[in-house]
Amino acid sequence: MTVPLLEVENLSRRFAIRRGLFMPRTVGHLQAVDGVSFTLARGETLGLVGESGSGKSTTARLVLRLLDASSGTIRFDGVDITTLDGASLRRFRRRMQIVFQDPFASLNPRQTVGAIVAEPLLLHRPGSAAERKERVAEILSLVGLTEAHAARYPHEFSGGQRQRIGIARALAAEPDLIVCDEPVSALDVSIQAQVLNLLGDLQKRLGISYLFITHDLAVVRHIADRVAVMRQGRIVELAETENLFTSPAEAYTRRLIEAMPTTAIGPSIRRRLNLLAAARPAQQSEAA
Amino acid sequence: MNELLRIEGLRTVFATPSGEFAAVAGIDLAIERGRTLAIVGESGSGKSALSLSIMRLIPPPGRVASGAIMFDGQDLLQLPPAAMRALRGRRIAMIFQEPMTSLNPAHTIGAQIVEAMAAHEPHMAARDQRARAVAMLERVRLPDPARRFDDYPHQLSGGQRQRVMIAMALACKPDLLIADEPTTALDVTVQDEILGLLRELQAETGMALLLISHDLGLVAGMADKVAVMYAGRVVELAAATTLFSDAQHPYTLGLMGSAPSFTARRARLLAIEGTVPSPAAMPQGCRFHPRCALAEARCVADSPPFRDFGADHAAACWRAPLDALSLGEREAAL
Repeated sequence: MTVPLLEVENLSRRFAIRRGLFMPRTVGHLQAVDGVSFTLARGETLGLVGESGSGKSTTARLVLRLLDASSGTIRFDGVDITTLDGASLRRFRRRMQIVFQDPFASLNPRQTVGAIVAEPLLLHRPGSAAERKERVAEILSLVGLTEAHAARYPHEFSGGQRQRIGIARALAAEPDLIVCDEPVSALDVSIQAQVLNLLGDLQKRLGISYLFITHDLAVVRHIADRVAVMRQGRIVELAETENLFTSPAEAYTRRLIEAMPTTAIGPSIRRRLNLLAAARPAQQSEAA
Repeated sequence: MNELLRIEGLRTVFATPSGEFAAVAGIDLAIERGRTLAIVGESGSGKSALSLSIMRLIPPPGRVASGAIMFDGQDLLQLPPAAMRALRGRRIAMIFQEPMTSLNPAHTIGAQIVEAMAAHEPHMAARDQRARAVAMLERVRLPDPARRFDDYPHQLSGGQRQRVMIAMALACKPDLLIADEPTTALDVTVQDEILGLLRELQAETGMALLLISHDLGLVAGMADKVAVMYAGRVVELAAATTLFSDAQHPYTLGLMGSAPSFTARRARLLAIEGTVPSPAAMPQGCRFHPRCALAEARCVADSPPFRDFGADHAAACWRAPLDALSLGEREAAL
C-alpha cells in the first residue's frame, strides 16, 4: 500500500482560558481538538463536517501548521511535520494550500489579481517575469478566468469570481493538498455549483487532495469520498460517504442527517435537466 | 375571501447618477392567512427589495415607484407614516438573516422584547411585561429564559439570537411575518429547530409567512406556494409540490440542478453559467436569456408573458412547456 498523503494521529490542541485584565491568569482549558486521527490519500476528498465550535477549522489550522498541536503527529507524504520549522517547514508549506470561506477578506484589495496569483510563484517557483506572467495566465484559465482579468482588482469581481481567484492563488503553488474551509458557504446556489464543479474538475486533472470543511451536509455528500463527523473536538464517526449517509452508526450523525431538508425532484424535472445539460454545449460554442 | 396581502404591479426603483433602476420590476403576488409563500432567487434578484417595499423600509435613493400593496383591505403605500409605523411590528413583523444587525447591543434582550410589546400595548404593567416576555422566550425555546431575560445580545450564540429576534417579532402576534433568510447563518440542527418553531407558531396563531430564501430545498418543506424571482421579476409561481414535480422555467430548473442535494453524488452539477445581471445592464427580452441554454431569437427580442401551465402554476418562458420540445431537437441536442 502506498503512503497516504496526509496522516493525522491522535492530534490534540487545547487553549488556555485566561481571565483578568491586568494580571491574567489561566482559569481553565478548552480542548478544541481532542485526539483526532485520519488519513487522506492522493486525489481523495475527505469531508470534515460538524457544527460551529466542533473543532473542524482548528483541525485544519493544525494540519497546515498555522497552529501548533498540543500533542499528536501530522505526517505529510511520509514525513513528520508536527514540529518542523524554518526552511524545512516552508518546503512543505508550498504543498499545502488553503481556500477560505470569504474570498474577499482573504484577497489583498490593493493587489491586482495577477499579483495575487503570482505571489506564491515568487516564493515557491521563482523565474523570469515573463515566465511568471505566462504561468499566471495559465492558472487563471484553469479556474475559468482570462488573462485580461489579471490587471484588475478584487473589488471588480463578483463573489464567485473572487472565490475562483482564491482557488487560483492556491493552485499557483502547485499544492498536493488544498484545505477548503467552507469555500462555497457564502455563495449563491448557482455560483456554488460552478465552484464545486471547478473543484471537481481540478481534482480530476491535477490529482489534488482536498480536506473539505463544511457545515453543509448536502455539499459534503456531493463532493467527498469519505466523511468525518466532528463534535466537541472529536471525530465521532468516519466512513465512506454513501455509507455514512445511508447507515450512520452514531446517533449524532443521524440527528444531523435528519435535520437535512428532504425534498426530492420528480422524473419530469430530471428529464428537463438532462435536456438543459444537453443544450449547454451548443450555448457555449455560440458564445465563444 | 381569506387573502391577507395582495401585491399589484409593484415597481421599486433606485436612483443612481446614471439613471433609475428597477430592483422590483412589476410584481403581482398574494398571500392568504395562515399560509406560507416563499420567494426564491439569487442575490440581486430583488427579493429583499420586495420585502422591504412591503414594510415601507426601502432606504433612499430607493423608492416604490408604482403599484399597490393591499394589506387586509388597505393599501400600505397610501398610509400616512404614523399609521404605517403602528402597523409595523404589530400586524406585520420582519426577521432578518443577521440578528446582530437588528438587536441593540446596548440593551438586554428582555428590555428589547418588552419595548417591542410596549410600542403597541403601552398600558401593560411592568410585571406583566416581564412575564409575557419571558413566556415568549420560553416559546422560542431559549434555554433558561427567566435568567436570559437580563442578558445582552453578545452573551448569546447565533442560534439563540435568532430565537430572540423571532420572539421579538412574534411578541405582538403579527398577521404577517416576513422572514428574510431566517436560518442561513445557522447550523443545520438549529435551522431545523427554528423552521419547526415557525411552523408550529403559524399553526397556532394563523399568521401568514412570507419566507425569503435562496435555498429551494429549504423552502420546499415550508411553503404552500413558491415564487421564483429573477432580475426583479417573478418568473415562475406554483404550489410547492407542483414546482418540484413540474417546474417549467429554465431558471427554476437551473436552481434545482445547482443544488447538490438534487444531483447524484460526484456528478457534475448543472450550474447556471454567468451571474445575475446588474440592474444597470438589464438584458432586453427575457432577462434570463443570456444564461439560458434554451434561449432562441424571440427570447432575445421580446419579454415572455406570464402564462398558466395548469391550476396554481404559471411561468414566464417562451420555450415552456418544455416537454413539448420536438424529439428531433432533443436528439440533436444529445
